[in-house]
Amino acid sequence: MKISSLVWVKTILLTAVAAAISLAQIQNQPDDGQWTMPAKNYASTRFSTAGEINVSNVKNLKLAWTFSTGLTRGHEAAPLVVNNTMYVVTPWPNTLYALDLTKPGAPAKWAYQPNPVPAAQGVACCDVVNRGAFYYNGKIYYNTLDAQTVAVDAATGKEIWKTKLGDINQGETITMAPIVVKGKVLVGDSGGEFGVRGWLAGVDADTGKIAWRAYTTGPDKDVLIGPNFKPFYASERGADLGVKTWQGDQWKIGGGTAWSWISYDPELDLIYYGTSNPGPWNADMRPGDNKWACTIFARRPETGEAIWAYQIFPHDDHDYDAVNENILLDLTINGRLRKVLAHPDRDGRMYIMDRATGEVISAEAFAFQNTTEYVDLKTGRIKIVESKTTGFKTTRDICPAPPGGKDWQPSAFSPRTGLIYIPHNNLCYEIQGVQANYIAGTPYVGANVKMYAGPGGNRGEFTAWDPVNAKAVWKIKEELPVWSGAVVTAGDVVFYGTMDGWFKALDARNGTPLWQFKLGSGTVGQPVVYKGPDGKEYIAILSGVGGWSGAVVSGGLNPAADGTAALGFGNAMADLGKFTTKGGMLYAFALP
Amino acid sequence: MRSSAAIACCIFLVTSCQREKRDFRPAPSRVAVFGDAARESPLQPGGSQPAQVVSNPYDKSAYAISEGQRLFDWYNCSGCHAHGGGAIGPPLVKQDWVYGGQPENLFDTIVKGRPNGMPAWGGRIPEYQIWQIVAYVRSINHEEPVSATPARTDSIQPQPTLHSVVDGATK
Repeated sequence: MKISSLVWVKTILLTAVAAAISLAQIQNQPDDGQWTMPAKNYASTRFSTAGEINVSNVKNLKLAWTFSTGLTRGHEAAPLVVNNTMYVVTPWPNTLYALDLTKPGAPAKWAYQPNPVPAAQGVACCDVVNRGAFYYNGKIYYNTLDAQTVAVDAATGKEIWKTKLGDINQGETITMAPIVVKGKVLVGDSGGEFGVRGWLAGVDADTGKIAWRAYTTGPDKDVLIGPNFKPFYASERGADLGVKTWQGDQWKIGGGTAWSWISYDPELDLIYYGTSNPGPWNADMRPGDNKWACTIFARRPETGEAIWAYQIFPHDDHDYDAVNENILLDLTINGRLRKVLAHPDRDGRMYIMDRATGEVISAEAFAFQNTTEYVDLKTGRIKIVESKTTGFKTTRDICPAPPGGKDWQPSAFSPRTGLIYIPHNNLCYEIQGVQANYIAGTPYVGANVKMYAGPGGNRGEFTAWDPVNAKAVWKIKEELPVWSGAVVTAGDVVFYGTMDGWFKALDARNGTPLWQFKLGSGTVGQPVVYKGPDGKEYIAILSGVGGWSGAVVSGGLNPAADGTAALGFGNAMADLGKFTTKGGMLYAFALP
Repeated sequence: MRSSAAIACCIFLVTSCQREKRDFRPAPSRVAVFGDAARESPLQPGGSQPAQVVSNPYDKSAYAISEGQRLFDWYNCSGCHAHGGGAIGPPLVKQDWVYGGQPENLFDTIVKGRPNGMPAWGGRIPEYQIWQIVAYVRSINHEEPVSATPARTDSIQPQPTLHSVVDGATK
């Protein structure tokens, strides 16, 4: 037993070395102690090479300073740290604060107000959140709830340009953090619950002019599918599938928004992102595979041209958006070094895919699920469980629930342990499909949903996943959904926070709890690691409960009267008010 | 005895008439909320002044409340407010109304919209239907007679769902 586990550890270490080398290559960004984008690097590892805080001293971690945003909605953003300045984007009204890390207590240097229209709050499906900014070439880029992208001078806070990309009267908002690749700011819309037509756009980083826009649905010319489109599976080949897999003109209001993460591989020159659920939720109202909703796309950053696509969940029954993060890793699998992307999907499976071709290498479940049997690796088609399909009927005991085995809350990968750290949910649900009426700028859902805790009664989990052997190595049960991101360091410490406000540090190797601190409000934020001007390592995170899971508290909902509150999340979170109150605050920690 | 039975019968007829009243040809559009009738603040500088009395023409009408319930889904009100518990928009089963909870306030809110996200439905929904929706929203707060209020739908049941996951296959 001991020998075999030693061998296993060795395998992991070898994998780790391989991963570390290739990561260094693909990141092309030495870790200078800054945090210039929410995912830390283009590979989206959320791994910091900082090692001052480690498994033996993290227990001494102390609060260094705090900053109040004065807002009470969900704070989902990752702070950035560039040139000894921290940049914090708030939920609506999307104020950008610059905090001076060189001064005691990190006072604000300036605040930039983009003044998004208040009415935008009425078309934001899942709280008025923002997931952060991106630093590039002296500017901070981020999106506003009323569907605009702004470029702000990182030194002065002066607006350089502001471009309107979407229309709130069509139900379009933007909540995602953009990334900048090869001079293009890449931005996708939100509004999958409003019958919008989803897109990803490339905006010129210097001028703010829209260079390209790739729609998720519609004819190939709109999806930017051309002669270089070479998907791995036959089911993804054919002309105008974004029209033919729908009935009539339904693709025009078919959803498929790109509201979450984008990764980039400079070597292959490909960006990777996933598209959201098709609309409406009621699956009987949209016969067909509904391409290219619930799809992972690989595109060229400069032109938006599609190179491959893989639809994870054709004819989505459960609001299983494919928008979750794609972590780019080079792993030795079955003796072969593979360039992969690791994608923990809403459907509860971890997709390990060849990121050059779009081939699925493995797709094993990291969360409890009963909606699918397996993914056929030959055809790429997921085998669904017929008794769990939805439509004009009532279906019960479906796992995972619409927020998935995991929602947007991003995972982290450590090349030292070779493990992916997944903050996620353990939720099931029941659904009654009803007629959805399309009225532009109003919800287009057609479903009454009630969610509840999955097996075991715990609503959340934190899982360490071995992507090579496609299995969980350890798991921590959490009372509430883990709706914060994770970050892992070279000190082998992994951090995440809970919706009842505990910010936690675990031993990345085995999940042993090492330290925790009670934040003022529950956290749905993204922890980051940086080196302060004093040379010390800091960990920072926003607290401020909210988001879809926290709307019960941040939106003052009444789930006691109505379990369908918050698209059914109300039923699962009716007791959240007993665990936490609202309020946005940034916390930074360091060793004394 | 005879007279008391007659009185009871009269009362029954009067209330049931209201309960069963339905306009098959709704009156033409009425601008029903005049001037400051839909006050949102109880503060009145210089002393209180009488407000105009506005009554919902569909008050206490079972048919109108039931229509309001149907229209509440039809116009996607439920998309934002769920079945009273709230989602994108605030809950509608509640005590604290930012813009007032009287029928004239609710009418005003639906017609004009509110700055933080409530769309302006004026010109989109016929006014008689807005009054029906107002009657329904009042009914879920028990502000309408029980005898006129439709049964709650299954989705509004307050109890948490009983559940058992039996046939799950993790793979």
